[in-house]
Amino acid sequence: MSAPAPERSPEVVPVAGRRPLRVGRFSGVLRPRPLVVLVVTAAVLLLAAATNMGRGDYPIAITDVLATLFGGGDAGQQLVVLELRLPRTLTGALVGGALAVSGAILQSIARNPLASPDIIGVQWGAAASAVFVIVLGGGVAGVGGWFASLGIPLAALIGGLASATVVYVLAWRRGIQGYRLVLIGIGVQAVLVAAVQWLLTVAQIYQAAQAQVWLNGSLNARSWNEVVPLSIAMAVLVPLAFVLAHVLGGLRFDDDTARGIGIRVNGARTGLLFVSVGLASVATAAAGPIAFVALVCPQIARRVCRVGSPPLAVSMLLGAALTVVADLIARTALGAIELPVGIVTAVLGAPYLLFLLARARQEARA
Amino acid sequence: MRVRPRDTAAPAPPKRSLRRRRLIGLAALGAALLVALLGSIAIGTKVIPPGEVFSALFAPTGTENDLVIRSLRIPRTLLGVLVGIALGLAGALAQGFTRNPLADPGLLGINAGAAFFVVCGIYLFGVTSLFGYVWFAFAGALVASVAVFVIGTRATGGATPVSLALAGAAVSFLLQALTSSIVLLDETSLDAYRFWVVGSLAGRDADVAGQVVWFIVVGTVLALASAPALNALSLGDDVATSLGHSVRRTRLVGVVAITLLAGAATAACGPITFLGLIVPHVVRAFTGPDHRWLLPASGLAGAVLLLVADVVGRVVVRPGELQVGIVVALIGGPFFIALVRRKKLGAV
Repeated sequence: MSAPAPERSPEVVPVAGRRPLRVGRFSGVLRPRPLVVLVVTAAVLLLAAATNMGRGDYPIAITDVLATLFGGGDAGQQLVVLELRLPRTLTGALVGGALAVSGAILQSIARNPLASPDIIGVQWGAAASAVFVIVLGGGVAGVGGWFASLGIPLAALIGGLASATVVYVLAWRRGIQGYRLVLIGIGVQAVLVAAVQWLLTVAQIYQAAQAQVWLNGSLNARSWNEVVPLSIAMAVLVPLAFVLAHVLGGLRFDDDTARGIGIRVNGARTGLLFVSVGLASVATAAAGPIAFVALVCPQIARRVCRVGSPPLAVSMLLGAALTVVADLIARTALGAIELPVGIVTAVLGAPYLLFLLARARQEARA
Repeated sequence: MRVRPRDTAAPAPPKRSLRRRRLIGLAALGAALLVALLGSIAIGTKVIPPGEVFSALFAPTGTENDLVIRSLRIPRTLLGVLVGIALGLAGALAQGFTRNPLADPGLLGINAGAAFFVVCGIYLFGVTSLFGYVWFAFAGALVASVAVFVIGTRATGGATPVSLALAGAAVSFLLQALTSSIVLLDETSLDAYRFWVVGSLAGRDADVAGQVVWFIVVGTVLALASAPALNALSLGDDVATSLGHSVRRTRLVGVVAITLLAGAATAACGPITFLGLIVPHVVRAFTGPDHRWLLPASGLAGAVLLLVADVVGRVVVRPGELQVGIVVALIGGPFFIALVRRKKLGAV
């Protein structure tokens, strides 16, 4: 852009049906649909969170939940809401949001809906090292509580970052090609799954049962200990993701085209990958490898918003809402038995994805 | 694709070298299969010298070694060959039909379906024998793959790779969730399931092979018969149609074949992931994309890989065993990664 800028030509050709939005040097396109989706999703998230904090063995009306959050409520309500259910709900929302953003970024980079942290080894890397700690380190039953509460998340975080690093290093050949990244991720994932399954066969049955709960992703007994590190990590990574997000649209094209419109392809991709893996790893460390959120929320968001690549903000809120709703169902659906949240995300997500696939068919016919 | 004019005097040199490469590759596979068969019969917790293997095969006298070979190792080896062929073929078919090099029979929900039905069998009917699992697993594989295919083809534009993959992922996740719920709520089921789910040839007697052999035979015939149609399909649906192939029928035959092969393999041994995914990639290195070569070679290579992995699993942690499904992943993973790095992967 070395040519002197001409007077802004009055005849800016508008794209049909799109309204340009200009603020000084920056311009974008105003798309009403994603905005509406964003607001609706946020409302669903808040409603689900409030309901989640009210339901359980000690029911509290939603109005009382809100009052307690703003400093009211009696001692019992304060304990239940502020110390038990609020951190748990927050963990769910943060984890879901982190996973969905992670998935949206990876799918955009790799230009492949299969590229998500639960497919290409990031979440399973975290899971494998956590199960390793449970089975070979004694886990909760064998070792003191502080080690178990610290050991598994820390192991998961290290495992997630390590397996992502391995995938990345192996996939690097004069740059990162999305396609190669997915293939190598699947290769690494297969090895990790085998390792976990082998660990489960050599474990004592009670360890295997405990590992099984963790492997499905669970928000049981999550407290401020999980919320604080998760919040800090996301406060760093999510803004980074949004700053880098403007290149995601360009990365949809082939590399030469992307370079032609001024994107430093390898640099942008590496930065985005780092953000994506970081988000998936901290999320998995906090709540286990909750499947499906990272894979499906970006795809659902993309279809609902009718845009080309997964939109970050909508994906994030959708992931948070899905996880909180799933946790509410997991806690209350089977009475006294609590299911891990990951099972419910799968049960909720799968039919909706199928419904969208079927609806796309009808639209094609129309 | 450069089209050569017909009237050039000399035949195209690349063609001849490709042919030679294919024949050498097939010969090497055949030799490898022979070695793997002998290894699988001779090597185990107890290594039996070649002379005694020979006498056990052709002139048994009822020694302990003869018994081990005839009643344990031969059935296990034959089952390994069957399952290896089935998985290799199923992988090549899955990749050919979806035109997706990432496709794997597991992508069609077959493993998840089999696992769910097996766990139901354990939980509801108290089935705990390997023989008893077979029909549950097979039924589950069938139900899952039919569901995925029906859902995938009802999506936009027929069974596109992406729609099939998404439908497969959705169905797999759903079934895995149900499976997980059962094993979480019932520790007895978990205890049986965790040993089935790693995939192993151990402890299966000749009856298990007998239960699945015909499914694998029919699946193999269907697979090999659809090779020309697959070649046409790889040029795109429109071209395949204009060449006189019914795309819909070809796909249906393909799904039936994949289900028979992968379903039977999973029913016999439990899920062995990854073999179907990597074998066609390995084989394509010398056969090229022509399915008439690719399919038989994938079957052979699948058998070789499975037998070798089984022998390795018997040896590495003696006197215990490492299940073949785990060995396949541990050998296959790095191998596959090396292949992906070395090759410039085109679309199938």
